[in-house]
Amino acid sequence: MGGAKFLVIAPNCRNEWAPTVTCGRRTRRLASPLAYDLSHLRQLEAESIHIFREVAAEFEKPCLLFSGGKDSIVMLRLAEKAFWPARLPFPVMHVDTGHNFPEVLEFRDRRLAEAGARLVVASVQQAIDDGRVVEEAGPRASRNRLQTRTLLDGISEHRFDALFGGARRDEEKARAKERVFSFRDEFGQWDPKNQRPELWNLYNGRLNQDEHIRVFPISNWTELDIWHYIKAEQIEIPSVYYAHKREVFERDGMLLSTGPYISPIEGETLFVESVRYRTVGDMSCTGAIESSAETIDAVIAEVSATRITERGATRADDRVSEAAMEDRKKEGYF
Amino acid sequence: MEMLRFATAGSVDDGKSTLIGRLLYDTKTIFQDQLDAVERASVQMGSDYTNLALLTDGLRAEREQGITIDVAYRYFSTPKRKFIIADTPGHTQYTRNMVTGASTADLAIVLIDARKGVLEQSRRHAFLASLLRIPHLVLAVNKMDLVDYDEGRFEEVKEEFRDFAMKLDIADLTFIPVSALHGDNVVTRSDSTPWYDGPPLLHHLEEVHIASDRNLIDPRFPVQYVIRPQSDEHHDYRGYAGTIAGGVMRPGDNVVVLPSGFSSTIESIDSFDGPVEEAFAPMAVTVRLSDEIDISRGDMLCRPNNQATSSQDIDAMICWMSEKSVLAAGNRLMIKHTTRSAKVIVKHLAYQLDINSLSRIEDATELKLNEIGRVTLRSQIPLFFDEYRRNRVTGSFVLIDEASGHTVGAGMILGEAG
Repeated sequence: MGGAKFLVIAPNCRNEWAPTVTCGRRTRRLASPLAYDLSHLRQLEAESIHIFREVAAEFEKPCLLFSGGKDSIVMLRLAEKAFWPARLPFPVMHVDTGHNFPEVLEFRDRRLAEAGARLVVASVQQAIDDGRVVEEAGPRASRNRLQTRTLLDGISEHRFDALFGGARRDEEKARAKERVFSFRDEFGQWDPKNQRPELWNLYNGRLNQDEHIRVFPISNWTELDIWHYIKAEQIEIPSVYYAHKREVFERDGMLLSTGPYISPIEGETLFVESVRYRTVGDMSCTGAIESSAETIDAVIAEVSATRITERGATRADDRVSEAAMEDRKKEGYF
Repeated sequence: MEMLRFATAGSVDDGKSTLIGRLLYDTKTIFQDQLDAVERASVQMGSDYTNLALLTDGLRAEREQGITIDVAYRYFSTPKRKFIIADTPGHTQYTRNMVTGASTADLAIVLIDARKGVLEQSRRHAFLASLLRIPHLVLAVNKMDLVDYDEGRFEEVKEEFRDFAMKLDIADLTFIPVSALHGDNVVTRSDSTPWYDGPPLLHHLEEVHIASDRNLIDPRFPVQYVIRPQSDEHHDYRGYAGTIAGGVMRPGDNVVVLPSGFSSTIESIDSFDGPVEEAFAPMAVTVRLSDEIDISRGDMLCRPNNQATSSQDIDAMICWMSEKSVLAAGNRLMIKHTTRSAKVIVKHLAYQLDINSLSRIEDATELKLNEIGRVTLRSQIPLFFDEYRRNRVTGSFVLIDEASGHTVGAGMILGEAG
């Protein structure tokens, strides 16, 4: 950043982004200064930046959770914007199940180096090796639930008092009721019936001993908002979000990728399909969807037309019961 | 695309969940797997029809008890606008929940059952909408199908509500006859109400003019965070990060810093995306000044000839939100106002407001959960504020119980205590 910047009025700009600012090689659109009106994406962005700054100002040891998924990538960009030209005033933590997409790990390291952010890894494999958690057995074993303990251990080890998470309220119905500042007791538990009222843009961050908060700056963003923002900001995301050929098999109506962490059992057959990932998590429980969307515009068109939520389509972890997410959150999950 | 935040008030009996379900369904926001889940849950609960309330009642306890515990946020968009719904339950804790949902709303929809007319509850909802100064109020007269789409009945309800609304401060009031169940005048205009020449509800939500609702007159910049990069490239950089709370700010503007009273000039307004020519609410920016002044979080930048009121004594309307304690004269609490936090003492409870009759209970000695009253507070340090009616950001605060850490009250500033 820095250096010469010029204001260029784009004649055919989309309605959500009025004039553009060209800054180095990047072209960005800003809200029309004449209308004093902010597009919905700019309003959401401003709200998120406000939340990042509020936490940095009021907490001793915040930390940004980063999975390499699109939401955490947007979070990282918003955090960079909140403190520019300074670097992030907090480290980034990856709760690593060990079942990563190689493309995502490579992306994580490159992107965090670019941002000058310090990475802390809380490793599920390490937790298993230490005997803190026990690996599930069987072909459907997942490390999803093991993340909770690993996360909570990471929080106490580093004494983090505020963790930024990329959860959105449109993702899931328990999350639709969760506050932006969401408190966790000394056991890391969420108590949905005892949440603090949250009014205006005033966030009450008062903590008692051994409590911490989870902070969700993109609570009010939808999946589509994320994609429009990625497009408008020209944000790079891991290649698995775009359509590619992959060897998969079908289980419980989801397409799972074969690999070192998961493979077909009897009755399941491998085939090659053009797929992409709508969410990126643990490889053993994140499903791909059939897709030919190879560009951001094609992805946006696909997401706009879809009739199934991203978690419904791609996450085995949320299919356990009606209240699967609520139950895991109460235990201290993300 | 613009964004509109609205709050819905009313109970399940008024058809609120059905109305929201209808808006989500007709704008294709409900996904198939969500609908499947709701249908499965409805069958399991022995319901004869798909209970759309289950879409918003997300918590286990809510589904088990058939109640709505908390404000739920819903999202949908049309090609014209993105909408955020704060869906506030009408039954328990209605005041606390509605105040919470209403605090950021541009518009409120109050549902009225056409058969029952304006009930006490509708009056409460309308009063809270006006207290929170939601700029636009929509009275959705629902269940028109059950009164044979009768124009006379619609007019009666309108008249009844207007009589009450005269006592309130409501800038923009719109009446729409709807049937949420059948979709009349929700997304599309109904053939059953040829006498109604206004827009359907969704059209109104898309078109209502909200750009003028923000304060673009009084420049207010509460300093939230001081940015000092401490890197070689930006060695001497010192920027004040914050969210514009009012007015328009430009490089070259003279500013005064509260509380020090020092003056300076805006050197530049910075952002990751490059310099900003004009900043206005609710933009989050970083301001650099041309003079080195000691400024920290909680300070406020204003214009020399247009400053926020600076005082330790404020009069405010309070909505009490705690079930565990009461508000009374002598209470010591924490206040969070813009980016300032301070200790306060409740000096005086002037009266409690009966939100059904709008009359004052002058001899009230305390405020309990969901009660509203006028108080005088004394703060340990000066606060920089405007009347809530003039600025919802610099005029609002929350009260925090120091021992439990809970948010126990919401406040709207009336002015400096005399």
